[in-house]
Amino acid sequence: MSVEVLKAGLLTTVQDRGRFGCAMLGVGRAGTMDDVAPRIANALVGNGLDAPVLEITLAGPRLRFDAATTIALAGAGFAARVGDRDVDAWRPIDVEAGEEIVIGHAHRGLRTWLAIRGLAVEQMLGSASTDVNARLGGLDGRALRDGDRLRLDAAARSPLRAKHPAAWSVDPRPWFDADPDRPVRLVRGAHFDALDAGSRAQLFEAPFRVTPDSNRVGIRLAGPRLALAAPIELVSEPLAFGTLQLPPDGEPIALMAEHPTVGGYPRIGQIAAVDLPHLAQRRPGETVRFAEIDLETAQTRYLERERALAKLIAAIRERLRDS
Amino acid sequence: MIASPQTSGPLGIEALGESMLLIRFGERLDDATSARVHAASEMLQAACLPGIVDLVPAYATLAVHFDPLAWIDEQSGNAVRAIASAVRTVLGAPPAMRRHDAAHVEIPVLYGGDEGPDLDALARHAELAPEEAAARHAAAEYRVAMIGFAPGFPYLLGLDPALAMPRRATPRTRVPAGSVAIGGVQTGIYPSELPGGWQLIGRTPLQLFDPRRDPPSLLVPGDRVRFVPIGRDEFAGRMRA
Repeated sequence: MSVEVLKAGLLTTVQDRGRFGCAMLGVGRAGTMDDVAPRIANALVGNGLDAPVLEITLAGPRLRFDAATTIALAGAGFAARVGDRDVDAWRPIDVEAGEEIVIGHAHRGLRTWLAIRGLAVEQMLGSASTDVNARLGGLDGRALRDGDRLRLDAAARSPLRAKHPAAWSVDPRPWFDADPDRPVRLVRGAHFDALDAGSRAQLFEAPFRVTPDSNRVGIRLAGPRLALAAPIELVSEPLAFGTLQLPPDGEPIALMAEHPTVGGYPRIGQIAAVDLPHLAQRRPGETVRFAEIDLETAQTRYLERERALAKLIAAIRERLRDS
Repeated sequence: MIASPQTSGPLGIEALGESMLLIRFGERLDDATSARVHAASEMLQAACLPGIVDLVPAYATLAVHFDPLAWIDEQSGNAVRAIASAVRTVLGAPPAMRRHDAAHVEIPVLYGGDEGPDLDALARHAELAPEEAAARHAAAEYRVAMIGFAPGFPYLLGLDPALAMPRRATPRTRVPAGSVAIGGVQTGIYPSELPGGWQLIGRTPLQLFDPRRDPPSLLVPGDRVRFVPIGRDEFAGRMRA
């Protein structure tokens, strides 16, 4: 039982919630660029929250299912059709054996996630996530290609056939925002005070533009060149998802899901975890403005979000049981 | 030797967001600082604090990646403060006996020739004969300070200062797997074919990293390494094996 990749799309990778436990061996976390929408998509199809999903970028794939199953999309706005019907994101969709899904171009935002009931991908070092640079995980450590086949677990692949599917839609607004004008909240980093006075002000006032060489490793930002008051020599230190680094060229890089485990550039900020999903939707050419937040508030927002998300997922599971 | 993670005074702990602490033991590349980092890493592993998903030793710092939901302080909601306090308690205790003696790993290396195309440049830079430069590289005992850049890439401390050499002005787009290299005062080994700017002085037939092997990495932080020169025939034989 499998899903055939008829067209892979621009950059479609298998991802789960990330690869942990091997960072001291230089193996990064990878995983989805947004850790909320994929969990909702998995809940909608009755999968575990850490099940692998397909991360779809800008132009989506065309897939054929050789067995009936249930799928759900969550993320940016992409046109999608199953057979001859248009399908919406944020709700479960039953597909029949032999049907195809065609996911077109994003009309807003950059990435969406497709959960497939029963999708089974071999784990490597504890995760199915594709780490393209390390060439491990997913399908042979690479993005999907035309002609690939993804396996469906026979035990889990029967479709949900939820009653009243039209009533199933999750309201994405609390969870998802691809508005490019929304400020990205940033906690001052260890080397913020080492910036010169003008750069300290510009970091929170000036607009930055996402450059075309941005990817899953990092989002590169062009704008005013930021400068340190005096050069600092750093030895390599561990990094986190959301660290804002300042390389010598003065253009900050926001480290994303496939960031390296260690690096040696000054850390001028740390993006609030709750805003990483928003940043993951910015396209090349779109704007990023930073708004200052303190770490205590960022933690509070994160805990509030996780509590609300746990409630939503419990409610989805309740409805699945009742269907 | 049992190193205490703490020298004196309170540890510097920095939060990188909601789910990582960075504990600082110094600012420089030196063996004593690295030993404190590894001792702290071992103490935190042994302490089994809840919700820790990764410990990452680097030259002078140790990262603790954690799940904030495991450290919610109901009163303040401040998970970072709660885990930082627990980490200080663990690292403030007297160091326990080492559970694991550092492994001593010998790495066979074919120096120079096609496998070490920068050995001659290194020798000129160090004003040594190429054989002497290789012999000095193989004479030292190194410490795996950290693994990073790519899975299984060890950053080794202990290079003879005479062999320190800046990176190449133009990095190579493809460095073969197993290349033994010098970058500044560090030496390391490329575990897979990668782009890289370090000076290539030799190559090992060993496979440093294989995600399907258990353990996947030949080396872990804290290991001791010696390079053992081998000849072309032995290199070729072991590459075929």
